[in-house]
Amino acid sequence: MITIAIVLSIVLLLVILFLLFRIGTLASIFRGSSERAAGTTKTSNRVNGALLLLFLFGGGAAFAWSFIDSWDDMILPLASVHGDWTDSLFWTTMIVIGIVFVLTQILLFIYSYKYQHQDNKRAYYYPHNNKIEIIWTMIPAIVMALLVFGGWKTWTKITSAAPEESVVVEVMGKQFNWMVRYPGPDGELGVAKTTLITATNEFGIDFSDRNALDDFIPREIHVPKGKPVLLKIRSRDVIHSVFLPHFRVKMDAVPGMPTKFWFVPTKSTQEMRNETGNPDFNYELACTEVCGRGHFAMRFVLVVDEEEEYEEWLALPANKPFIEQNPDLLVKFQTESPKQIVLGSKTEEKAEEVKTEL
Amino acid sequence: MSSTDISINHDIDHAHEEHDHHLDQNFFEKYIFSQDHKIIAKQYLFSGIFWAFIGGFLSILFRLQLGWPEATFTFLEPILGGWVENGKLNPEFYLALVTMHGTIMVFFVLTAGLSGTFSNFLIPLQVGARDMASGFMNMLSYWIFFLASVILFISLFLETGPASGGWTVYPPLSALPQAMLGSMSGMTFWLISMALFIVSQLLGGINYITTVINLRTKGMSMTKLPLTIWAFFLTAILGVLAFPVLFSAALLLIFDRSFGTSFFLSDIYIAGEALSNTGGSPILFQHLFWFLGHPEVYIVIMPAFGIVSEVITTNARKPIFGYRAMIGSLIGISLLSFVVWAHHMFVTGMNPFLGSVFMFLTLIIAVPSAVKVFNWLATLWRGNIRFTTAMMFAIGFVSLFISGGLTGIILGNSALDIQLHDTYFVVAHFHLVMGAAAFFGMFAGVYHWFPKMFGRLMDEKLGYVHFWLTFVSVYLVFMPMHYIGIAGFPRRYYAWTGFEVFNGFSDMNTFISISAILGFTAQFIFLFNFVYSIFRGRKSTSNPWHSNTLEWTTPVLPGHGNWPGEIPAVYRWPYDYSKPGSVEDYIPQNIPFSQTQSSNLPQERDFE
Repeated sequence: MITIAIVLSIVLLLVILFLLFRIGTLASIFRGSSERAAGTTKTSNRVNGALLLLFLFGGGAAFAWSFIDSWDDMILPLASVHGDWTDSLFWTTMIVIGIVFVLTQILLFIYSYKYQHQDNKRAYYYPHNNKIEIIWTMIPAIVMALLVFGGWKTWTKITSAAPEESVVVEVMGKQFNWMVRYPGPDGELGVAKTTLITATNEFGIDFSDRNALDDFIPREIHVPKGKPVLLKIRSRDVIHSVFLPHFRVKMDAVPGMPTKFWFVPTKSTQEMRNETGNPDFNYELACTEVCGRGHFAMRFVLVVDEEEEYEEWLALPANKPFIEQNPDLLVKFQTESPKQIVLGSKTEEKAEEVKTEL
Repeated sequence: MSSTDISINHDIDHAHEEHDHHLDQNFFEKYIFSQDHKIIAKQYLFSGIFWAFIGGFLSILFRLQLGWPEATFTFLEPILGGWVENGKLNPEFYLALVTMHGTIMVFFVLTAGLSGTFSNFLIPLQVGARDMASGFMNMLSYWIFFLASVILFISLFLETGPASGGWTVYPPLSALPQAMLGSMSGMTFWLISMALFIVSQLLGGINYITTVINLRTKGMSMTKLPLTIWAFFLTAILGVLAFPVLFSAALLLIFDRSFGTSFFLSDIYIAGEALSNTGGSPILFQHLFWFLGHPEVYIVIMPAFGIVSEVITTNARKPIFGYRAMIGSLIGISLLSFVVWAHHMFVTGMNPFLGSVFMFLTLIIAVPSAVKVFNWLATLWRGNIRFTTAMMFAIGFVSLFISGGLTGIILGNSALDIQLHDTYFVVAHFHLVMGAAAFFGMFAGVYHWFPKMFGRLMDEKLGYVHFWLTFVSVYLVFMPMHYIGIAGFPRRYYAWTGFEVFNGFSDMNTFISISAILGFTAQFIFLFNFVYSIFRGRKSTSNPWHSNTLEWTTPVLPGHGNWPGEIPAVYRWPYDYSKPGSVEDYIPQNIPFSQTQSSNLPQERDFE
């Protein structure tokens, strides 16, 4: 019943609109405005001109208000060294383009309003002026050159090689969660292969590699404040992307092609809790490359500790080497290892053959 | 069929007699498998409008989800069936909606619908040709596009859904059927449809290029061409050079999906098993894709540049400012568009040095774009502007192009792209600069050339209502998206509620969705106006806008062969508006200087 009523009222509304439209058309024929060249009718020019002005000032004011009003929601607290560089470059560029935005929009709407059609006037025949053209080619070129230079310097610093003493964390994306691995006391991550992946050994770590024996797999990322952190990023199925919004960090996780990103955290989680006034604040890791059904839910927590807290965390029993917690995995590797090696080398050979054929 | 002869013999007198017998064509030859460029243009236009409504409707569906993430959508069950589970949209279907919206809008509406319509309609009419160089190839181009459309349309109704890995279809997600439902047969349909689409674009593009080079009428030198033709010409060149690369990418992806090759696959463990693929690179696909993908955005926007230049100069009653600079900037943009593709890939793990190179090249492209904007503004300055609906859309286009283009300066900067990549800032940027702006160019074109297409005018008042509602809602939708993007909200998210960092802006998202619904509803005003005016619109004269270009020298409704008699020769550039000394404020291109002695400039005296 309600559906019928809704449909009926929509139909009635459309009929009324159509009648209004017909009346408007007939009225304009009666007034003779349809005899004039298109776009020269006084009323519609005035109305459109006024609306253009209204749009410029009303829209501009609404934009300014909403921008200021959203400021607190828009600005993410910052917690990394390079984030400071990119943020300041971002806002510098925003000011530059903001000036151009305001000037060009004002000119566009004011000119449109001011030079609207008048019967007694004629446009000014002004086909070109090479001097002006050169000036307004050069100005953007110079501004662009400055912005490119700023961007290039920042980009080079951010993407430079990570310092030797960096804390290394391996981040692996999979459908649909993140996993992390620490290299343990030896500072070296053990070899991992997709062919070795099992339900327990989700990284596919090869435990015949000595470096793998002290690797551990925690449920959160912990990093010390003020120390460089090197993320070694990879994926085991489709492309994912590591996004740490508070640290201004983003790098794709690509299957078959390890990537990396290093940064220096500047605020511990506790400091950020105090700063934001939110006792439950946590740094979050999100996925920003579409990866399937659970793309929107790949959340992982990153904790920035003070130096001592970080050492304490490393020493936690939960962070014992992975293989010590799952000793049966090692047994399997040791008993089967000669066989495994043979099998492994065979598959590799096969793979290479395929590659050369292609 | 002798219609191909017509274009070859275009300057021979008996051409007219020769095409008289085409009046006897049957319905199929005349309206369905027509080789007349004007009919093909209309076919493209109708298809484009159809797809635009589909694409727009899909965006409303996912905006419902984003605007009201807690709501239940049981009322959508009659349309979406099993994709609504207990009133909740299926997250994979959400991705399918996003993917199809992108594919449809970029390729089927703004490439085929825009270039297909206006290149076909205007190239022969504005260069002074009886038809395209090859009418048959032109017909093939449309019908192959139609086939591509049918296949993509069918894929919407597959049980496992259409392709869902984003319009960029990055492998391995798109290559592995076990990665998501959309990568099963939906992706196969997508690839076949796209391969056919590319064939159609190449057939069309080669035709446009040939026609512009070979079939210009007497006196129509390249520097007397309207800017529309320059834009269509360069667009076609971009398409011919870039689309084959997408074809190769699609082909390799088909191989990876169906024949077990490893072009894009390596070291993958999925759905409980390790795959044997090794040595491939997913990044290779991205390079191939964006080698088309970036020129593609210029394929979308350059026809709009041309249309807007033409509409602005006609309605400002002023010559376009800096005609040669406009051509130069079009050529500059075309060249640069081929060397900036990797700015889509700053954070894919590509060598950072390449990132620096592509940042540099990308930011250069801002210079010709800025020149175009300044020239449009200078054209408006001291004009005598007629606010036709087309002109309103052209002004709107410039406004949107500025708003969206400027943020490109931020995103082209690799250091800033780290934070903003794949956030709503990008979504806002490209929707303004190539989505909404290209649509505005298309609307300007439809309103402006409607009288030449159908012999009638569209209703101006409805046009104004359509313009204002669309213009306002475009800004209401996309301006707030910048804030959401600065806050880091990732795109292609079904919901942000799982993250603390993205828990704000829920009111803003509702607001955006309401604005989007308003904008979509406004398009029905256009649809009504369009259909009504075809049959009942006010009858047009042969040159209702007092324009200079050649198409307005044809009869109200040009027949097969366009001009009943000889093709007019061209003596002057297309922008002699409000020339001092001339009685009328426009002098069409086919008026010789000998007839306009009172208004000739000193350097034009020699041509009298």
